[in-house]
Amino acid sequence: MNTRLFSFHGGLKLVDFKAGATDQPIQQAPLPPQLVIPLQQHIGTPAEPVVKPGDRVLTGQVIARATGAISANIHASSSGTVSAIEKRPVAHPSGLQAPCIVVTTDGADRWCDSPTITGDDFPHLAPDVLRKLIRQAGIVGMGGAGFPTAVKLKPSGGNSVELLVLNGAECEPYISCDDMLMRERAPAVVSGARIMMHALGARQAVIAIEDNKPESIAAMQAALASAGVGNVSVRAIPAIYPAGGEKQLIKLLTGIEIPAKALPINAGIVCHNVATAAAAHRAVYLGQSSISRIVTLAGHVPRDLNLEVRYGTPVDFLLRSFDINPAQVSAVIIGGPMMGYTLHRGDVPVIKTCNCILVQQQGKRLPYGNHGAAMPCIRCGNCADVCPANLLPQQLYWHAHSRDFDKIQDFHLFDCIECGCCDYVCPSHIPLVQYYRFAKSEIWAQEHDKEKADIARQRHEFRQFRLEREKTERALRHKQKADALHAPSAEAEDLARKKAAIAAAVERVKTRKAQSDTKPRNVDNLSAQQQQLIDEVEARRKQHRRQRTERPPNKNSDAQ
Amino acid sequence: MWTAVLILALLGAVFGMILGYAAVRFRVESNPLVDKIDAILPQTQCGQCTYPGCRPYAQAIADGGADINQCPPGGEAVIHALADLLGRDPKPLNEEHGTHKEKVVVEIDEDLCIGCTLCIQACPVDAILGAAKQMHTVIAEECTGCELCIPPCPVDCIYIIPVRQNVDNWKVPFPEPRPQALP
Repeated sequence: MNTRLFSFHGGLKLVDFKAGATDQPIQQAPLPPQLVIPLQQHIGTPAEPVVKPGDRVLTGQVIARATGAISANIHASSSGTVSAIEKRPVAHPSGLQAPCIVVTTDGADRWCDSPTITGDDFPHLAPDVLRKLIRQAGIVGMGGAGFPTAVKLKPSGGNSVELLVLNGAECEPYISCDDMLMRERAPAVVSGARIMMHALGARQAVIAIEDNKPESIAAMQAALASAGVGNVSVRAIPAIYPAGGEKQLIKLLTGIEIPAKALPINAGIVCHNVATAAAAHRAVYLGQSSISRIVTLAGHVPRDLNLEVRYGTPVDFLLRSFDINPAQVSAVIIGGPMMGYTLHRGDVPVIKTCNCILVQQQGKRLPYGNHGAAMPCIRCGNCADVCPANLLPQQLYWHAHSRDFDKIQDFHLFDCIECGCCDYVCPSHIPLVQYYRFAKSEIWAQEHDKEKADIARQRHEFRQFRLEREKTERALRHKQKADALHAPSAEAEDLARKKAAIAAAVERVKTRKAQSDTKPRNVDNLSAQQQQLIDEVEARRKQHRRQRTERPPNKNSDAQ
Repeated sequence: MWTAVLILALLGAVFGMILGYAAVRFRVESNPLVDKIDAILPQTQCGQCTYPGCRPYAQAIADGGADINQCPPGGEAVIHALADLLGRDPKPLNEEHGTHKEKVVVEIDEDLCIGCTLCIQACPVDAILGAAKQMHTVIAEECTGCELCIPPCPVDCIYIIPVRQNVDNWKVPFPEPRPQALP
């Protein structure tokens, strides 16, 4: 591996405020009386609850199961009783509600039986088994995106992975949770790196850390040396925001530019956050699911802190626990000041992707963020100079402003990583990233509408086909019935055949009678007495015949 | 000179045959313009345009029988897209056919439903599930919000509800305040 560093376009040198939170160890956040655990804390489909209100749950127990390939298990962050499964406000820029499992904690924090712990045996396990362990532990990308880690640990599309990049850049001002993790839990990160390399089949790994974190770099190097791992190295990278962006970091380390619409894996590179690696270590070595994370609490707070917070802990509970009165807070930002979003309310829970809680007190302003009233664009071009994705932010802005969603995609809107550099340098205080987020969500909505319209078209066409088919089938059925009504039945045919046979027989007899002049035999030389008897019989027969012909026809039919 | 004429005539004949063959071999069955118009229409199948469905309306537009401003569910967006496609001037929605409304779906009050199947017969996209004397229900995912099932219902148990906003379908609002021109 070469040791040369490359550079990416644009970026900013930002003043950071990390010293306050890094001069003391990570603290355990107190356990709240109620944990509100959202079913979706990741990118993909929400998990499906497997508990019901009233159930007792133990720490680390699966309470919602992943559905579909891109999804993640959700675990109880502490032991207690499920008190409700309902919609609650969640950490989302919309401030809307989403389904959550509410667990009333019992304070005992009793762990459930952990699955088979493999520990040091993991190199003998198949990558699939490792991925399954990581999937079961519900681990998602801890850097902020929340993509299910197990999916990203599977080399897809026939790509082989050369290099695993562990992202410890942490370029946002204020956030220091990864810094503290690397300082205090470096061996876990190294072990996580080895697990990930094994799952990916990667030959090399690089742990990239910004050069403003010398303690982390030293701690990681010491951990590597004591673990005796040769194919993992630590690289100090310049602290230029946003060096922690996936594509920017890869460009810095390797000089490879990942093309638009391509993934790093297409270049044989996979990038994971250092905290994700530590979580993988916990899953494989300790059998512990992902139930907590390190969160930086910073801004206008009595003391900047790094806290180990259970997922589901309400933000306002945390604030109160550390002597911050939520009533005096004007804004709570989830994430850093550059990319984070402001919460609409305080009772939303901390989730897997929440790396920082930034507090702004009333009457004060954080030194970051776009505060001035927006003025017209003066076309200075500063935004294009700092764009790390090499886009033209000004053009994107014009097209977003005029809602020209076709044009804006010609300018590669979807390559925008929303880093906020353009916002930061804009002398007119235009909330540029807001415009891009607006345009992106409009385009997604349009695509969704289009998909729905296509489905509706198919369903309508199928309905018409079905109606047509039913019509022809009905016509066919009617025709068959009508035919059956008019057609002679088998019984009638049989009768007719018999009648015909009788008629034919009668005819035959008649003709034979007519042809042959048969006369009664033995009528020669009759005595007078015999002749008289014959005459009497003949007379009776005649009389009988007469009677038969005289009998009325209706009586005849009655007799039948 | 005659050679030139002959060669040109021959070339003409050969290309004519190629073109003629191509016209037969690669014949496009349906009118591609109708497909393009149909792709723009919202597929609500509501019939507010006076045509029995989106495709007949697309056919009518292509034939010149209908104007491009008769689709209330599509609203301005569809009118603009149609105007772009057909090279016409966009015009405001014809109010005779209705007004553009927010997206809705319908819901059947299952306590009141008598299972008459009339709504099932009216639904243009088969989004209502049920059978005679069995309770009916709307498959909300498939409902286009055309409201065609509402008039036939003898017990008025079908309600129109707006599509609920959730974390997945939430749209980022247009940034406010907008940049103001300096005085």
